[in-house]
Amino acid sequence: MENMLFLIPLLPLLGCLLNGMLGSRLGKSFVSYVGCATVGGAFLIAAFSALEIFSREPSDRLLLQTLWSWMAVGSFKVDLALMIDQLSCVMILVVTGVGFLIHIYSLGYMHEDKSYWRYFSYLNMFVFFMTMLVLGANYLVMFVGWEGVGLASYLLIGFWYQGNKNADAGKKAFVVNRIGDFGFVLGMFLIFLTFGSLSYLDLFPTVFHLYSTGNVGIDSPVMIAICLLLFLGATGKSAQIPLYVWLPDAMAGPTPVSALIHAATMVTAGVYMVARTNILYTLAPTALAVVAVVAALTALFAATMGILQNDIKRVLAYSTVSQLGYMFIGVGVTAYWAGIFHLMTHAFFKACLFLCSGSVIHAMGGEQDMRKMGGLSSKMPITYATMLIATIAIAGIPPFAGFFSKDEILWKAFTFPYYPMLGKVVWFMGAVGAGITAFYMFRLIFMTFHGKFRGTHEQEHHLHESPPSMIVPLMLLAALSFTGGWLGIPHVIGEQLGHVPNLLEHFLEPVFKNSHEIISATTGAHHHPVALEWALMGLSITIAVGGIIGAFYVYMLKYPSLPTRLAETYALHYRIIYNKYYIDEIYHAMVIMPIYYLSRMLWKVIDAFVIDGIGINGQAWLVQRGSRIFGLLHNGYVQTYGAFMVLGLVCILWYFLQVK
Amino acid sequence: MTQAPLLTYVTFLPFLGVIPTLFVSQKSEAGRSLIRWISLITSIIVFIVSLRIYNGFDGNIADFQLVELKSWIPSFGISYHMGVDGISFWLILLTTFLTPITILSTWTAIEKRVKEFYISMLVLETAMLGTFCALDIFLFYVFWEIMLIPMYFIIGVWGGERRIYAAIKFFLFTAVGSLLMLVCIIGLVYFHKEATGVLTFNLTELYGTTLPHIYEILFFASFALAFAIKVPMWPVHTWLPDAHVEAPTAGSVILAGILLKMGTYGFVRFAMPLFPDGSAFFTPLIITLSVIGIIYGALVAMVQPDVKKLVAYSSVSHLGYCMLGLYVLNQQGVEGSIYQMLNHGISTGALFLLVGIVYERRHTRLISEYGGIAKIMPVYATIFFIVTLSSIGLPTTNGFIGEFLILLGAFKANKLAAVLAASGVILGAIYMLWMVQRVFYGEVTNPKNLNLKDVSCREVVYMLPLVVCIFWMGLFPNFFMEKMHVSVDKFISQVSKNNNYHNLPKCQIHHASLIQSEHK
Repeated sequence: MENMLFLIPLLPLLGCLLNGMLGSRLGKSFVSYVGCATVGGAFLIAAFSALEIFSREPSDRLLLQTLWSWMAVGSFKVDLALMIDQLSCVMILVVTGVGFLIHIYSLGYMHEDKSYWRYFSYLNMFVFFMTMLVLGANYLVMFVGWEGVGLASYLLIGFWYQGNKNADAGKKAFVVNRIGDFGFVLGMFLIFLTFGSLSYLDLFPTVFHLYSTGNVGIDSPVMIAICLLLFLGATGKSAQIPLYVWLPDAMAGPTPVSALIHAATMVTAGVYMVARTNILYTLAPTALAVVAVVAALTALFAATMGILQNDIKRVLAYSTVSQLGYMFIGVGVTAYWAGIFHLMTHAFFKACLFLCSGSVIHAMGGEQDMRKMGGLSSKMPITYATMLIATIAIAGIPPFAGFFSKDEILWKAFTFPYYPMLGKVVWFMGAVGAGITAFYMFRLIFMTFHGKFRGTHEQEHHLHESPPSMIVPLMLLAALSFTGGWLGIPHVIGEQLGHVPNLLEHFLEPVFKNSHEIISATTGAHHHPVALEWALMGLSITIAVGGIIGAFYVYMLKYPSLPTRLAETYALHYRIIYNKYYIDEIYHAMVIMPIYYLSRMLWKVIDAFVIDGIGINGQAWLVQRGSRIFGLLHNGYVQTYGAFMVLGLVCILWYFLQVK
Repeated sequence: MTQAPLLTYVTFLPFLGVIPTLFVSQKSEAGRSLIRWISLITSIIVFIVSLRIYNGFDGNIADFQLVELKSWIPSFGISYHMGVDGISFWLILLTTFLTPITILSTWTAIEKRVKEFYISMLVLETAMLGTFCALDIFLFYVFWEIMLIPMYFIIGVWGGERRIYAAIKFFLFTAVGSLLMLVCIIGLVYFHKEATGVLTFNLTELYGTTLPHIYEILFFASFALAFAIKVPMWPVHTWLPDAHVEAPTAGSVILAGILLKMGTYGFVRFAMPLFPDGSAFFTPLIITLSVIGIIYGALVAMVQPDVKKLVAYSSVSHLGYCMLGLYVLNQQGVEGSIYQMLNHGISTGALFLLVGIVYERRHTRLISEYGGIAKIMPVYATIFFIVTLSSIGLPTTNGFIGEFLILLGAFKANKLAAVLAASGVILGAIYMLWMVQRVFYGEVTNPKNLNLKDVSCREVVYMLPLVVCIFWMGLFPNFFMEKMHVSVDKFISQVSKNNNYHNLPKCQIHHASLIQSEHK
């Protein structure tokens, strides 16, 4: 199996090239087969590799394939190498699995599009880069995928490039991501300079060895710098404060793209990267604290922005930003496996939510404003049912998937070993955010599927359930949103059910083993009362139910009278939140315009006026003027020449007379 | 020296191609087309012959190879001395590779004075190759100056509206630098004779000449000025945007692709190893100017209304990286810098060719005249986008390798410079993508663009090799760098002896003290 790893990225790459070069000529069925089969093939190989991993001893669970030496300059040597360990095993299954389902879904969703072939070419390109990101055996290969998915995202956000808004959104995504990548690159430099390698299999054991021999301590400045620089990369790719601004705009792309790239896979790359780098983060508690605080702020802040959005995809976009915040809380409080767990369950339920919203938009003929929907449940029963399941999952109601992963994160935040007090604060913010999440998600359900239809007559006439190619992925994802959480049943519940093990935590343990050792060596062993865990669990369910009831009251019983009245009473607050705290406008005024005017000033003033005007043309002017003055001497009149001769003679005479 | 004088063949073959064209009349279309074919075939033959250098070149030898040494003006110690090492090797191949592509691109663009144009191109190729091969400093100077003449004509005769202004500006800027350099060359030879009693212009003998400190600094300064103008470094860059905008497409391609590399090459081959102390003295200044150039070029590129000016300012930014890489003087930085020279030749050359393709159709380069072109010229848009990716340094393209190595090398030597320079990568994405958006995306707003034809077969033929190179160099950089390692090693040791600035402690894992615990 080890030698087959390269096929996982190669197949989608071939799909991308074939569709890109021949797709426009060979027709839709060719494009469909190539597009889906290559990703399906990649999933199969990933699945076989996973089986191979499962069949091995826990200490031996690693597949590594070195393709070729990519760069070798002096002491800097990097191979183009791929690997699957427990962590990338989970990731690659999610990426290719969800990716495959979304490809299938796209067959129906994009059927009418003229650039069908281009769409599948880009989507395959995305899968190619995403698998590189996940499988890369060193940071540089990860970075290839990291920037590559950014490119695919740029192309797909701007897929309908005739609209300037879409092209703007794509560019914004790319540039904001580049700001993050700037941090990532510097982080890589610092890693290489400090430890001499970028390869995971060299680097992490080295770091642990340096730690256990006492050469690296907790919270050394270099370690903090590395972690914060890498985290800057993560805030770009995974849409955290302050670089989250591109993600809501990214909804300009086709909905399956939002599901795959901007919800399920690409945006979680930052979480994966931090989990991958766990040992460095564990050695830099200050950086972890920063991660946790930024994440908690993002989770809460984005949730509040989700409350008032009327565009169904924008609600989901802010929800994604918020959920990514939860994942970062997880990895930020050293519960790395819980972050990955939530990444996985979120991939299921958020992909499902987005695809459902796509199904709705499809039925509504492109309409995305929830104020014009309502009462769709009877017309689209399967979409309704699957979306409801995914919504319950994200709201955190047991035994749906989201409950287990989110609750694990909140519990781990509450018991953050490095900074217990900070952990409580983070927990509180997370818990409040969870209530808001339940509220706005059920608001979405009620506004879309319940009440009376508020769209045009024509739209109502066209309402229909989506074709099977779209419905089947929905059902599969809904099933996963229901069951996915059972892979990580917390210990306290598992015991009650009769020793049900926490499969995922157990499986991922070897990746995080060294980190756990460092934590327990630094802070000592912690024992928390079981009753406390039960109590917090009960509390978060209560909060979630509270959010649902609130949404039911406001958007079901009193719609639209109460929301309108609230908007009028709290007009200022409403406007601020509705306009997303004016963050985009602030960035525009504080960052973009100054750079633009600075650039124009440099061009017009420094280049054109100072260097060229005064420096270059000024000299030319001096020479011209100077020669004109001297030119007066040669005016061609004999009288002048004679006068000068006499003047010269007088001077000479005067000189000699003086000397004498 | 029993083997064939390969470098002489390569250098003077283009010149041979001039002779048959002299006898062809350009009055008829058939004659003009014959002239085009003669020059194209000549340049292709030159490329094929130059590939033989690859066979003859051994990447494990640090010294100059394929050396030809003949006495030329013995009374002054001037010789005809040619040779290549791992640094000039790829630049020679870049020259022979780009020239046929450029010639093919002018097929329909050049209508007037066809014969003179192709003669200029071929003479220019000889001069450029000679400059890269020459190991006698006098010979180098001769080729260096010859290069100016055909380029001056290419801009001045076949250029745009303000071509005369641009050509004179180009000529004067370059001439100012090189005259100062000539004085210092003579000075250097004089000091060498004082010290050893031997009068020679032979570069390999002049290396290691000890000069009085003040002269070393002075000589380096004038060499550096001559080369810095060519690079061009900030603030002596203003001739470049004008020259590029006014030059015909072929002129821009050669200018950006190869002539600018003469500047950086001059630093590597002459200014730095001849005057290591002077070079060390100016290192902080040059690093500062490079970083300013990177950011300044990118910022100014952002607000250009003219595509060619935008690409010209982007060159200022990219060449800033090259200079930064050279001056951090470590293996990664220097090799990255040389790699970036090749990258810039390919991707900026390609960008100018692409701009030329639409210019031929619409006779304007203003971004605002376009918009929505992607729909009308899909193949063109795809190629343009790939080249854009290379220019902004996306991994898997060549641009990434160069920028990454330079920044890595810079980070080792000077963290602040590296951080500032790395921000240029963000700006690069902004100006390129913004331009792509305004040219290619959106609705077609200008009715003149509705009937644009997509790229023709000929245009694909000359763009394709460049696209292949972009990915080849991005995926297999070792193929290219294998040949550089030992030469770069030698260069670094030549320049960094007695050079305290560069002898920074090597930060390696062994220096665990760096990461010692603060409070443990």
